[in-house]
Amino acid sequence: MNQEQVIQLLSPEGERVTNPEYTCSLNGEEIFALYRDMTIIRRICTESTSLQRQGQLALWAPIRGQEAAQIGAGRALAPNDFSFPSYREHGIAWCRGIPPENMLRLFRAVSNGGWDPNKYHHSVPAIVLGNQVLNAVGYAMGIQRDGAEEAAVAFFGDGASSQGDVLESFVWAASFNAPVVFFCQNNQWGISTPSSVQMKVPLYKRAAGFGFPGIRVDGNDVLAVYEVTKHALENARAGGGPTLIEAFTYRMGAHTTSDDPTRYRIDAEVEIWNHRDPIERIKALLVRAYGVKNSQFEDVTTEADEIAMKLRRDVLAMDRPDPITMFDHAYADEHPLIEEGRRELIELGIGGLNR
Amino acid sequence: MTMAKALNEGLRRAMEKNKKVLLMGEDIGKLGGVFRITDGLQKDFGEDRVIDAPLGESGIIGTAVGLAIRGYRTVCEIQFDGFVYPAFDQIVSQVAKLHKRSDGAYTMGLVIRLPFQGGIGAIEHHSESPEAYFAQTAGLRVVSCSTPNDAYWMIQQSIEHDDPIIFCEPKSRYWEKGEVNTDVPPRGLFEAAVLREGTDVTVIAYGGTVKTCLRAADTAALEGTSIEVIDARSVAPLDFETMKDSVEKTGRLVVVQEAPHSASIGSEIISELTQRCFYSMQAPGIVVGGYHVPYPPTRIEEDYRPTVERILDGVDRVIGFGK
Repeated sequence: MNQEQVIQLLSPEGERVTNPEYTCSLNGEEIFALYRDMTIIRRICTESTSLQRQGQLALWAPIRGQEAAQIGAGRALAPNDFSFPSYREHGIAWCRGIPPENMLRLFRAVSNGGWDPNKYHHSVPAIVLGNQVLNAVGYAMGIQRDGAEEAAVAFFGDGASSQGDVLESFVWAASFNAPVVFFCQNNQWGISTPSSVQMKVPLYKRAAGFGFPGIRVDGNDVLAVYEVTKHALENARAGGGPTLIEAFTYRMGAHTTSDDPTRYRIDAEVEIWNHRDPIERIKALLVRAYGVKNSQFEDVTTEADEIAMKLRRDVLAMDRPDPITMFDHAYADEHPLIEEGRRELIELGIGGLNR
Repeated sequence: MTMAKALNEGLRRAMEKNKKVLLMGEDIGKLGGVFRITDGLQKDFGEDRVIDAPLGESGIIGTAVGLAIRGYRTVCEIQFDGFVYPAFDQIVSQVAKLHKRSDGAYTMGLVIRLPFQGGIGAIEHHSESPEAYFAQTAGLRVVSCSTPNDAYWMIQQSIEHDDPIIFCEPKSRYWEKGEVNTDVPPRGLFEAAVLREGTDVTVIAYGGTVKTCLRAADTAALEGTSIEVIDARSVAPLDFETMKDSVEKTGRLVVVQEAPHSASIGSEIISELTQRCFYSMQAPGIVVGGYHVPYPPTRIEEDYRPTVERILDGVDRVIGFGK
């Protein structure tokens, strides 16, 4: 990591670092708000992991370690920008205003999506690696045709970076100068596949070959992620074209609750990244530079606990959907096979009983 | 006019009617597409609406999905049937499923034009019939035109429809002429058409094989056999009502397609009509189609594609069943 150009505004110890290109534009209150976001999303994540362990969720994809990358990018978005997530972007969803219980509808296995993407300007999760990146570029081409000052953002990981769709996205975005930001969270692991198998050249350097800027940012430094993303978005909205941001971070937990990382990586590596914890880092800055008191941090912890408890209640109240709903929105218009299936479920007494 | 010209006119009219209609594909601008279907459209509508895409099929469909989310309706041209597979993932995982995944918030109004079937003496990957792959996928609809009039209207109806549509164009018929009535559409997009009435056997086809079946019916009539020819038009969903009425009348069924028989549109038609018309049927339905082999080198493609002779042989088999 050290041999590469990495944008950093905050050291792992919480010391401010100066950078010739990027300066921190946030005041103490705004930085504290980022701390709050990161603490809450981590709490949502631990609660969700517990819910899965207790059999209340089918699956959970933890984000521990990636809070700065997600909150920094999520808070840089303007309301009218449109974000295209994969399945681990809970922090982005939080920043878009999506209620936590909606994020969990997918993992509770009561929905394939979970929220109205048009309402929050945040698309539904794409689980097939890299598909959403092309969709984001297409959306950006629509922005161009509308003459709007907006941007699309594609979120993906180092795992998806080997997908043809991601590389085709780079070609399209470059050729059409599309207002899109490619935000890759390089968390080092695609389940058990290390990023060394995905790339021989650091990911951000790929952008140069496609003809647009690529930037590596310390993904555990929320201030740097925020500024780099904000700058890339402003550039895209102003017609400057795409940017690839590689947020260099680490997946502290398992790929999902179905995974066992002890089979393929050593504790010592995890321990190194423990010292780079994104929340501890910003907390150290807030104490040292802004005099934030313990009680203020405790208030956030209490608030996060309350959000987690509400989330637990909401999840437990999520009932199995009426089976008849499987036919809803399969098509926009009438379809004979949909009518046939619906009729059969009703006749068998399986679904549609309360309609 | 020719089917190629009818498609061109249909696209033009759709673009005039709705500014959100875009075209995207490889070589569709200045060149007008390898089959010239989009000839002159970029000149008249500009490069922002007729988009010459980089050569990546997944890119074409994947960006059309994003454009659909933004409210555009993109007609994507896939240059040849055998080149659609790089886009298969986007079509099946996103195009077909995003309306559902978003609980109806997204409208996936896009059309994927696919020149399909053989008969042009091309090299490999240029003559395939992949329609069943898409017909199997919930969320998609698949249609095919067999005449210039249908081509003109069905492309417009497909563009106006809110579900994603795989639009299969029989490339061997692009240059054949037919009457086009630009005032009134012949029928709904998903309705089959009885093109020739008959009493002895129902023959169902779609795309390029329709015309072959009509020729077979002419020949059969000389020998005293009366064939009813149905153009399915919509491959998914299939218009079983129209087909059922015919089979109940004739009692015999032959489906003609270029795709191999196994797990195909033909086997679906026979399965469903056997259930619906069991007591009217005098013989099991059969498929006259391609063989279960990769599309052969085209010096021998006419021994693979259904010919008038093979169709008549199929008709003889269902008439002679049990005799």
